[in-house]
Amino acid sequence: MDFFRTENIIKQYSNHLALDKVSINVNKGSIFGLLGPNGAGKTTLLRIINQITAPDSGSIYFKGKEFNKQDVIKIGYLPEERGLYKKMKVGEQALYLAQLKGMTKYDALKKLKYWFEKFEIQAWWNKKIEELSKGMQQKVQFITTVLHEPELLIFDEPFSGFDPINTNLLKQEILRLRDKGATVIFSTHNMASVEEICDHITLINKSKNILSGEINEIKQQYKSNLFTITFNGDFEKLKNVLNSDIEIIEKYNDKNTTTIKVNVNKKITDNDLLRKLMPIVHIVAYSEVIPSMNDVFITVVENQK
Amino acid sequence: MRKIKLIISREYLSRIRKKSFIIMTFLGPLIFAAFLVLPVLFSTMEDKEEKIIAVIDSSNLFAGVLPESEYIRFQYLNNVDIESFKSSFKNTEYYALLFISQNVTYSPNSVVLYSDKQPNMSLILYIKGAIEREVERLKLKANGLDEEIMASIKTNIKLNTITWTDTGEEKHRNTGVVMAVGYIAGFMIYFFIFLFGAQVMRGVLEEKTNRIVEVIISSVKPFQLMMGKIIGIGLVALTQFVLWVTLTLSLVIVIQSVFKPELKTPSSETVIAQDVLSAEPANKGESFEGLSTVNDNMIAESFKYLKEIDFGVLLFSFFLFFIGGYILYASLFAIVGAASDQDTDTQQFMMPITIPLVFAIFVMINAINNPNSALALWCSFIPLTSPIVMMVRIPFGVPYWQVWLSITILAGTFIGTTWMAGKIYRTGILMYGKKITYKELWKWLRYKN
Repeated sequence: MDFFRTENIIKQYSNHLALDKVSINVNKGSIFGLLGPNGAGKTTLLRIINQITAPDSGSIYFKGKEFNKQDVIKIGYLPEERGLYKKMKVGEQALYLAQLKGMTKYDALKKLKYWFEKFEIQAWWNKKIEELSKGMQQKVQFITTVLHEPELLIFDEPFSGFDPINTNLLKQEILRLRDKGATVIFSTHNMASVEEICDHITLINKSKNILSGEINEIKQQYKSNLFTITFNGDFEKLKNVLNSDIEIIEKYNDKNTTTIKVNVNKKITDNDLLRKLMPIVHIVAYSEVIPSMNDVFITVVENQK
Repeated sequence: MRKIKLIISREYLSRIRKKSFIIMTFLGPLIFAAFLVLPVLFSTMEDKEEKIIAVIDSSNLFAGVLPESEYIRFQYLNNVDIESFKSSFKNTEYYALLFISQNVTYSPNSVVLYSDKQPNMSLILYIKGAIEREVERLKLKANGLDEEIMASIKTNIKLNTITWTDTGEEKHRNTGVVMAVGYIAGFMIYFFIFLFGAQVMRGVLEEKTNRIVEVIISSVKPFQLMMGKIIGIGLVALTQFVLWVTLTLSLVIVIQSVFKPELKTPSSETVIAQDVLSAEPANKGESFEGLSTVNDNMIAESFKYLKEIDFGVLLFSFFLFFIGGYILYASLFAIVGAASDQDTDTQQFMMPITIPLVFAIFVMINAINNPNSALALWCSFIPLTSPIVMMVRIPFGVPYWQVWLSITILAGTFIGTTWMAGKIYRTGILMYGKKITYKELWKWLRYKN
């Protein structure tokens, strides 16, 4: 059973359709990537999930039941546009936001102590937000998002503005939260991080859901019969022999080896191809090119134009 | 409910703790007290310097008859030529030279006061009055009226005003005092609406530019956030108001007991009322008794009249109009904040809010002189001006039904504007980087959700 699901969400703004029948499925305990180019409608969808705006039609289900206002408290939302009260002290602010999420002051203090120790930022408690750097502010904001231990965490571009060390720290925390049972919706343009941490994705483009699925499946689906062959030997000879079987796309020479990227004719099997190659050259490596999420993203979005 | 309380307390505490609030709280009463006390203090602090004024009297009518006061003395010079006196004036100890020409009895321009410094007003009035009285006396005498008849002719009428209320009660009111009380009440409301309404606007804008608003409204409804802010800041306003009144009153009492114990600490309103009264020409020039005795009488009298104003009704309605007017304008200010991206954007939307407020101040001035004019009457029902204009009228005595009607209209309107503000606010706070027009605002108002 799906943990969280939207069905045919439609949202119309005065002069454009922001979401056109968007459905997503998020499994419990997984990290779900919500991808899409700028202006595709990701933020609108996240706002609808957080009950900040209402959809024109469509429904949202949470643990099998229709999602309602009270359930919002079970969500931790880190919006893309981040910010805190600049003049407020870090500790006070974290307490305030936690209490708005329904925590008691006592619980909030206890949990905050844990997180502040974990991130080694106890010394910031009485500092004003404006005295912190942007990255430090984001850390505080991350804590306020996860503090009430929501079942569903929504991160909109969580790594923007972080240095590599803190990005890594955050990534580990997100994975750890998932391992402890939280479900994560993760919206980003950063495909490298998607590949690293997401299990499933949905790609939204021009208000529509155009691609959904498990990451590895999607990659398999988008491979285009490309192979790389690294060898030792006469390139011209290889070219002549395999002329009808492969189409050479790229070629680069190393010290001793040559690598070519080829499009292989679908009629020939890997084994037959290798058999043909073996007498001519010394094969160092042969592998299929699996597209990166970046490639998939570009291909899919470009195809829609 | 718990959440709105949290928001209110954050808005309240974060402002109360600000340095600017604390400074304003103490600076305000100092300024007010200065305004209340200084004029009285200055008017009672007579010029203690003894002034000897040389008199060249060509008419020979005034020798020895100009009355002298403790600090003003006259020395009559004979056979002195002005030109020669002028050159030696610097070396004499005279403060000024008074020249009275022969035709003083029929030519108004026949008296000149020469001096090397600009003489002060009270001295000028003193001399002018003294000469006028003497000339009047001489003229009457020339017409066969002697001083005894004169004394018996002199009449002094004090016009007491009594108004009948609807219930047939008689109210003994003094227009000056009533004017002053009305003016203070109206102006206070104006001031607080502007000061704290603008704070609501800046608060909304701050949340918007800080981008914290999205985090917060994923926990609470936008309407809760807006109302929490309006109420929280409203409580700050009330706190400031109460602190100001108490501090000002205690300061006035302290200052007066230090500088002028015999005044016996009248309330601040009395002092202001006294100010207004002393501006009336009837009390100036004519009186040759020391100013302070006049003040004492007036203060005692003003105090008596103050008692005639129904302070229960006044305070109660001040409270209601203050809250009503504040909520009405604060919700409008919230709209401005939600529709703007930065401080400079607020200008275009501020106009429609500022105009009725400033207009109300103009009507207030009219209403002080004529509290029952058609303009004052209408403007005390129109909700955008009623908090200010009605407060001016109340000390003059307004039928209860009018006060209640005005409050009801005001309440109905602020419910309407907060509802409207809630709708616009909800859309506006999430809208960035777009130049908002009035057309756009209208569209937001009609969005379903």
